[in-house]
Amino acid sequence: MAAFEDVTVKEGVDQETVDAVKSVGTYKHGWETDIEMEYAPKGLTPDIVRLISEKNEEPQWMTDWRLQAYERWLQKKEPDWAMVDYPEIDFQEQYYYARPKSMMEKPKSLDEVDPKLLETYEKLGIPLKEQMILAGVEGAEAMPADGRNSDRKVAVDAVFDSVSVGTTFQAELKKAGVIFCSISEAIREHPELVKKYLGSVVPVSDNFYATLNSAVFSDGSFVYVPPGVRCPMELSTYFRINAENTGQFERTLIIADKGSYVSYLEGCTAPQRDTAQLHAAVVEIIVEEDAEVKYSTVQNWYPGNEEGKGGIYNFVTKRADCRGDRAKVMWTQVETGSAVTWKYPSCILRGNESQGEFYSIAITNNHQQADTGTKMIHLGKDTRSRIVSKGISAGVAQNTYRGLVSMHPKAKNSRNYTQCDSLLIGDKCGAHTVPYIEVKNNSSRVEHEATTSKVDDDQLFYCRQRGMDEEEAVALVVNGFCRDVLQALPMEFAMEAQQLVAISLEGSVG
Amino acid sequence: MALPQAKQDATEARIAALSLPEGGWAEPARREALARLRAMGLPNARDEYWKFTRPDTLVSAEAPAARVLETDETPLFDSRDRLKLVFVDGVFSAEESDDPSLEGVTIDRLAEAKDIHWAKDLYGVLEARGQDPVARPLAALNTAFATDGLLIHVTGKPSKPISLIYRHVSDTSDAILHHVIKVDAGAEATILENGPAAARFNKCMEVDLAEGGRLHHIRAQGRDHERRAATHVFARLEKESVFKSFTLSVNGAMTRNEVVVEFTGDDAVAHVAGACMGDGDFHHDDTVFVTHDAVNCESRQVFKKVLRNGATGVFQGKILVKPDAQKTDGYQISQSLLLDEDSQFLAKPELEIYADDVACSHGSTSGAIDEDGLFYLRARGVPRGTAEDLLTIAFIAEAVQEVEDESLQEDLVERVAGWLARRRG
Repeated sequence: MAAFEDVTVKEGVDQETVDAVKSVGTYKHGWETDIEMEYAPKGLTPDIVRLISEKNEEPQWMTDWRLQAYERWLQKKEPDWAMVDYPEIDFQEQYYYARPKSMMEKPKSLDEVDPKLLETYEKLGIPLKEQMILAGVEGAEAMPADGRNSDRKVAVDAVFDSVSVGTTFQAELKKAGVIFCSISEAIREHPELVKKYLGSVVPVSDNFYATLNSAVFSDGSFVYVPPGVRCPMELSTYFRINAENTGQFERTLIIADKGSYVSYLEGCTAPQRDTAQLHAAVVEIIVEEDAEVKYSTVQNWYPGNEEGKGGIYNFVTKRADCRGDRAKVMWTQVETGSAVTWKYPSCILRGNESQGEFYSIAITNNHQQADTGTKMIHLGKDTRSRIVSKGISAGVAQNTYRGLVSMHPKAKNSRNYTQCDSLLIGDKCGAHTVPYIEVKNNSSRVEHEATTSKVDDDQLFYCRQRGMDEEEAVALVVNGFCRDVLQALPMEFAMEAQQLVAISLEGSVG
Repeated sequence: MALPQAKQDATEARIAALSLPEGGWAEPARREALARLRAMGLPNARDEYWKFTRPDTLVSAEAPAARVLETDETPLFDSRDRLKLVFVDGVFSAEESDDPSLEGVTIDRLAEAKDIHWAKDLYGVLEARGQDPVARPLAALNTAFATDGLLIHVTGKPSKPISLIYRHVSDTSDAILHHVIKVDAGAEATILENGPAAARFNKCMEVDLAEGGRLHHIRAQGRDHERRAATHVFARLEKESVFKSFTLSVNGAMTRNEVVVEFTGDDAVAHVAGACMGDGDFHHDDTVFVTHDAVNCESRQVFKKVLRNGATGVFQGKILVKPDAQKTDGYQISQSLLLDEDSQFLAKPELEIYADDVACSHGSTSGAIDEDGLFYLRARGVPRGTAEDLLTIAFIAEAVQEVEDESLQEDLVERVAGWLARRRG
């Protein structure tokens, strides 16, 4: 976008337009924070695992749990079935632990946190000050004041490389009985909960990356919502990778006890670098009887440059277990970043009448590759699931929806509806659909629909006739294509997601 | 990459039980196929392409026995004027067959044709093309070891359908047949296939369609309850050619039908359809792979499965659109009707698309008989059993309608009705 710097503005084109165009199309979060870091030695050995455990001041049982995972990981093979292609990862060439030096002494309150870190999050638009009402959306200040409910609050857990920097609104949440803290804190403060639930949804040896994560996860968020409590505010975790050659391995554990409700938002960004970086997270959600969890993600890791250099390799295992009757979980994801995405947020619908929903927009441009989808495993009676997936591929990117809908013999009267649509922009990209459908009883109904098409010429023509340029028109059509998913997002994200949809496609037309 | 030992052992055990026919024009192709087979190894339960179907009884060195079904049902197509070519347990029977001379077509027997030239360019060639990107080892095994089959060269428009009739008489027969069908530019023919063939049947059919050629393929797999079959159809379509294939399967313990279609010429059309009726110990797998490598081609896949009493239906379908295969119109639908609680339907409808100006879609549904439809009919005085049968036939109809000849459609529907009536009996 450097070309814009010295461009002569044509007559009739106002500066505002030039600025607007300038602001899209570049990865906005590609800067890095200049901060002194403390690293664990490169590579992965039992000693590194012990070191991470020690740094987090973990009890022995946790260290043993990690070491066991490490042993299992050594026996595992990296999966190769996804439609993604990347150079072999040397797992010994990574740093598995990095934290800002200023975090060596855990700050007791947010006031003690290194201002540089606070500044980082402020720059990202993430409010770490409690007096600030929500400004989670970029450009929120431009919003009319009456456009939003001024009481809205979002509690944030900010994770910087391997450590949690701080968690806001903890006191207020505590009043409601909600525990929201970093996972390392939870291991120390609430071992009984962690012991009971950690690894119960995604077993230690679930898959290659989950096993790796189990051994080396450094931080992440922990949420416990007690019975009957409706979490008074939205909870949010913001993940930032800053250090070079460092993998981020976060672990999130959310427990929604009987009859509770929580909405959880997750965001992520990373600086722009030439070398690829690894991110392997595990998210486990336990939903008890009558509880409901909404989990929304805007994944905006650095996608690599136009030639496909650098970017984040995003290998994530996310799973929700609806253990009780009438439990409900909803995954919403907007995937625009990462060089490689390998991610299948899934629902185990164990309780009778439990419900799982998955809404996804995955956008790949340039050399990005995404293989993403969901698994809906119906075990209980009268369970329902709905999958809406929109894949958009541009440049020379590859975008795959991969999913499973499984109706077990005992899941009588269950229902699934799946719709996955793919949109291709340009003739060098690919869009693929790989759904698995397994129906083992006849009272359940399963419907799957998928389409692949290009941006409709008539729709484009209609928009252009009304004075839009081609790029704007494509962005509008694409936004319309994604509408089902965008509507499922919490308001904070919907705005950002809409902008991201436009940004990711910039330069793909023509 | 070396094969896992268990796979290699199983493959060698199967090869050892067979003998490769020597001499003649086909031998080099057979040897190449054997090398392909050894490199791939026979499928086992760990192979992703066999996720839903256990291949063991199809690959074992010895074929599991299958009793011959005693039936007084008139074989399908019996009433029509056709050129009858009969195979008994996988061996061509000249006595039971008609004289194969018919205007517009030449027919030779693979086991006898010593110096056929046109088939030499095709035998094993389309099968080999169909091995990428997914291995089909049973087809390579077929090319290497086929003992019989027909080489059909369609040069004009034969006046009647060419009807291949398979008869199963021995409980332990294990037949391997390989047919090659070449349709010249502008030529058109209909191939009918019916009957249970053998206790275990491995069949491969290679179809090559030149510009503007048309082939209609209608097959009914015999309803012997215990028979097993693994079949492959490899079709290559040149410019403006048309290939329509429909399969009705009524029972059989294990059936895996693979159809591999490749568009190499523009503006061609391929429709692959199937209907199956499964009862009890029945496993039926339709695996289809359509590759669009030309502009403005149309492909349709329509598969319907009616399952009851613990039967299993499988559908694996894929549309691959290569870069530059613009204006592709790809459609795929797989649906199952589960008549009771025990049956299951497993599906993997896939799209892999590398061209942007295409319209591809697929749908897959599974469920019980529509209660509203049932209520509607019963409210009008139709007894429950009849109403269910009517709805089942209506469900199958979309696939049967892929057959162009309406009188053939009627015959096929009658077969389905017969199956339903026997179940009520």
